[in-house]
Amino acid sequence: MKVLVAVKRVIDYNVKVRVKPDNSDVDLNNVKMAMNPFCEIAVEEAVRLKEKGVATEIVVVSIGPKVAQEQIRTSLALGADRGILIETEEKLESLTVAKLLKAVVEKEQPQLVVLGKQSIDSDNNQTGQMLGALTGLPQGTFASEVVVDGDKVNVTREVDAGLRTVGLSLPAIVTTDLRLNEPRYASLPNIMKAKRKPLETVSPADLGVEIKSTQTVVKVTPPAERSAGIKVADVAELVEKLKNEAKVL
Amino acid sequence: MTILVIAEHDNAALNAATLNVVAAAKQIGGDIEVLVAGEACGAVADAAAKIDGVSKVVVADNAAYKYQIAEPMGDLVAELGAGYSHILAAASTTGKDFMPRTAALLDVNMISDIVAVESADTFVRPIYAGNAIATVQSSDGVKVITVRGTGFDPVAAEGGSAAVEATAIVKESAISAFVSEELAASDRPDLAAAEIVISGGRGMGNGENFDILYKVADKLGAAVGASRAAVDAGFVPNDMQVGQTGKIVAPSLYIAVGISGAIQHLAGMKESKVIVAINKDEEAPIFQVADYGLVADLFDAVPELEKLV
Repeated sequence: MKVLVAVKRVIDYNVKVRVKPDNSDVDLNNVKMAMNPFCEIAVEEAVRLKEKGVATEIVVVSIGPKVAQEQIRTSLALGADRGILIETEEKLESLTVAKLLKAVVEKEQPQLVVLGKQSIDSDNNQTGQMLGALTGLPQGTFASEVVVDGDKVNVTREVDAGLRTVGLSLPAIVTTDLRLNEPRYASLPNIMKAKRKPLETVSPADLGVEIKSTQTVVKVTPPAERSAGIKVADVAELVEKLKNEAKVL
Repeated sequence: MTILVIAEHDNAALNAATLNVVAAAKQIGGDIEVLVAGEACGAVADAAAKIDGVSKVVVADNAAYKYQIAEPMGDLVAELGAGYSHILAAASTTGKDFMPRTAALLDVNMISDIVAVESADTFVRPIYAGNAIATVQSSDGVKVITVRGTGFDPVAAEGGSAAVEATAIVKESAISAFVSEELAASDRPDLAAAEIVISGGRGMGNGENFDILYKVADKLGAAVGASRAAVDAGFVPNDMQVGQTGKIVAPSLYIAVGISGAIQHLAGMKESKVIVAINKDEEAPIFQVADYGLVADLFDAVPELEKLV
C-alpha cells in the first residue's frame, strides 16, 4: 500500500512569534523554521505503518519555496522513500493547497493520505478535509489511532465529547492529532542516506492548478496583553479576594 | 443576505454553542436560518425555533445524519447552503470536521475560528496559537465560517418563534460509517459552558490526585479541565484538555492548579475573566497571566480551598 504524507514548513514551535511593526504580518525574517509538529506525527505514522508491513512506499509532498526541501529531506531521514516539492514563492490559501494535493493524489494513487490536522502558523485546520471533498475520499480527522484492516481503515478521533471511531473504505484521508504517536528523531546515518533519496520538484502549473486568492489579510496585531495580578499569601486570602474583590465566588 | 447557521446538537438537545454562533450571525446582519441535521432530532428543531433572532429552521432528519459524519454533512450543507451569503457553524470538532468539506465543494475558501465580526466580509481570528490576531477579508460568494464561542456572548435561547420546515435532501455515504464512541460520563458542567473551571496540570502527579479537584469542583459547580501535559501523561482523557489544540474556554473564574502555563495552554484560557494560579514554582509563566497567584504546594492548598469555599 502506498502512503502519501503532506508536510508543511512553518515557524519552529519554540520561537516566540512577533508581529511586524507595520501590522502587515508576523515577522518571519531570520526566524528558525521547522516541520509543522502535526506533520511530524503524520510522517511518523506512515513510517510505523511501513514498519508493520502495512505500507510499502511512503511519498512525502510539500508545497512552498525551494528551502521547503529541508522538511522533505527530514521526512526522508525519518523513513519516507521519496519526495515531491511543489515549488512556489506565493502564500497559498487552503483551497489551492488542497487542489495541488488533489493533483498529486491523482498522479500517485495512494491508498492512504496522512496530513497534520492543522499547521501552527495559520491554525486553519482545513486542508485534509478539503482534499477529502475534492477527491471524493472519506476522512478520519484528529486521529489518535489508525488501524488498517484489508481495504478498510478504522480511525479513532479525538472529539469534544471523548473518542469516536469511524470506519472508512480505502483510499482514505487521515489528519493527525497530538496523541497519535510520538515522533522519533532522525539518526545521523539516516540523515546521510536521505540525501540520496529521490526528490522531484514540480510547479503548480505542471499540475494544472491555477493559484487563486480570495482572502486578504487586512492587518495582523499582537493579542491584548494580560498583565500579572497580585500574589496572595494563603488560601484564606485567595478566597477572600475572590469573594469580595473579584466577586466570582 | 441570509445566513445559514448549522446547529450543534446530539439529536436530543441543542448544544448551547449554537447560541454563540447565532450571536455572530446577528453581528453580520441579515436573516438567520438554522439547519438541524440529525436523526429523530425534532426536540432540537423545536429548541432552535425558539432562539432569539432565528427566522426559519430547516430540518434534515435522516439516519444518514445521525452521527453527523463529515461526508454526508459536507455534502448536505454544500447543497443546501449554496444560496446563502454565509454558512456558520461552531468551531467544535464536528464543525471543524465537515465545514472545510462544504467549503471545498462550493469552491470557496473558509475562515476558521472567528472571534469577532468587523463587517459582512471581514472577520477577526487568532493565528499562531493566539500569539497574533489577523483581520481577514473574504471575497468568496458564500462565506464559510466556524465561530469560536468565547468571542461572542450567546443570544437568548427563548423568545423566537421560527417556522420549522423539512428538507428532502438526503446524502448518504457509502465510504464512511460510525463504528463506536467512548463518551466522557460526567455530571459536572460542560467545560466550554461552565462559569467556573478548575484545571490540573503535570503537577497533579497522577490521575487519582485529580479527585481533590473534583471535590472542589463539585462544591463550586465547576467543570474540571487539564493541561496538555496532564493529558499526554495519561492522567485524564483528551476531552478534558484546555488549550490551543483542546478546548477554548473563557469562564468567569479559571483556577489553574499545578499548571506551568505553556503558550498552548494559555491560548485556551487567557480570555477568562479572572485567573487564579496555584503552583509551587514561583517562576512558573502561569503567574504572568494570573490575577491572583498563590505559591504553594497544591496538595495542601486545594483541600484547604475545598474547606473554605
